[in-house]
Amino acid sequence: MAENNNLLVKLDNCGVYKSSKWIVRGISLEIHKGKIVTLIGPNGSGKTTSAKMILKILKSDEGQIKNFASKMAYVPQKINIDWTMPLRVVDFMKLTSHINNLEIVDALKLTGVDNLLYNDIHNLSGGEFQRVLIARAIAKKPELLVLDEPVQGVDFNGEIALYNLIKKICSTLNCGILLISHDLHFVMSATDHVICLNGHICCSGTPRSIVKNSAYIELFGEHNATTLSLYQHDHDHSHGTDGRVTNNV
Amino acid sequence: MFDDFFTRALIAGIGIAIIAGPLGCLVIWRRLSYFGDTLSHSALLGVTLAYSFSFNITFSVFIISAVVALLLINLQKRTKLAGDSLLGLLAHSTLAIGLVLIGFLTSIRFDLMGLLFGDILAVDVEDITIVYLGGTTILLILYFIWKSLFSATVNYDLSAAEGMRPEVSNFIFTLLLAGVIALSIKMIGALLITGLLLIPAAIARNISSSPRQMVIIATLAGVVSVIAGLFVSLEINTSSGPSIIVVALLLFIISLIPLEIKGQLQK
Repeated sequence: MAENNNLLVKLDNCGVYKSSKWIVRGISLEIHKGKIVTLIGPNGSGKTTSAKMILKILKSDEGQIKNFASKMAYVPQKINIDWTMPLRVVDFMKLTSHINNLEIVDALKLTGVDNLLYNDIHNLSGGEFQRVLIARAIAKKPELLVLDEPVQGVDFNGEIALYNLIKKICSTLNCGILLISHDLHFVMSATDHVICLNGHICCSGTPRSIVKNSAYIELFGEHNATTLSLYQHDHDHSHGTDGRVTNNV
Repeated sequence: MFDDFFTRALIAGIGIAIIAGPLGCLVIWRRLSYFGDTLSHSALLGVTLAYSFSFNITFSVFIISAVVALLLINLQKRTKLAGDSLLGLLAHSTLAIGLVLIGFLTSIRFDLMGLLFGDILAVDVEDITIVYLGGTTILLILYFIWKSLFSATVNYDLSAAEGMRPEVSNFIFTLLLAGVIALSIKMIGALLITGLLLIPAAIARNISSSPRQMVIIATLAGVVSVIAGLFVSLEINTSSGPSIIVVALLLFIISLIPLEIKGQLQK
């Protein structure tokens, strides 16, 4: 089936257990080629943990993960490069793969930082570094691209340009993208599948269906949610302060 | 021109410096200098055991250093103690065990000073063969795991996510570090090995702008320190191991000058 050939990752009821509690649990999702899946949710809801599970950095303590992606690239949320290491942008671009300088410059041009090629990575601003991180991931031409809050610290115009770039990359490389983002506007307008996390999957579906979901509205507040939809349904559970389901109706 | 023993010392020392260059850079990048110290302290126990059971010293030191390194990794997972506390615990307890065991070896004349500071002028052809065979092996392995090791040094998650298998290369790196200490203990001595790992890499950090450059400069700085140090020790009759380290220190001080000039220019 054509549908199955496009499948990159399939999680079936996965979770991560650490320091005697579940960080996330019951995560089931699929990522397909040429589609953007977004994870949204409050701080500490397990977005990064879920991403790390998909990337095989963390092992899932239950359930099953199938990962068919031949090449993965990752833009982590935060990264500290020790100043004991002299590292230029060009060295960082080649970190996990052999790519030539031409490809490196092309990728850096896409994110608008090709002028920084020989700069010391420690002297970049937060936004510049974020652009380098995205360029590095794109230059790898991955089958699966995982972006954890990729535009943090990027200026306002740059943010829009980078989101458009991510959208474009998805179709030109025909890669699957997992995006963690707080930008609900982009998430709702440009991604194919949205997953609301809060220690577990609260709700998921197309952006159109998500904005009507009461779980989404409860998580993000009436104001944010209603900018896109006013529909309301009954929420079938509530959350404790740690995000766990406290009662089921 | 040279006495024979001096040529042998030069050849062995240069070999050690070439191995120490790239490994020393990794030690600095990963902030493992105290780890290197622990391994070299435990090397004393290795030497004692080698004498007790008449093993090959290099082999015995390698085994003990590797065991201590793996013990450390294991303890870090099991206890709530910080890395530096565990390192101190292992360093001093293995050192103590080594010294206690030396007490039993009254029948053997034991050169403790030689053990602590090394005696590069006493190397024979067999030692040189071991250094070059072992060194080639270490550098070859390092070459093959470099990409993985380097990416894991920059960022572990990134390396793991992008299929570099950092857990494997980290493990191998620990063994390589034990290997370089085993190869150099006889020549540089337990107390000064970390110096030969660290100081050339520190010199290189001051004047290089890319990782590759730093590895090359560190290796060259190590070789220059060994050659100059040995000549100095021959000329003014000082112990060879410490002389090498003193020369390295002088090079380090010189390497600060370009940094100073750059700082002044930028003002």
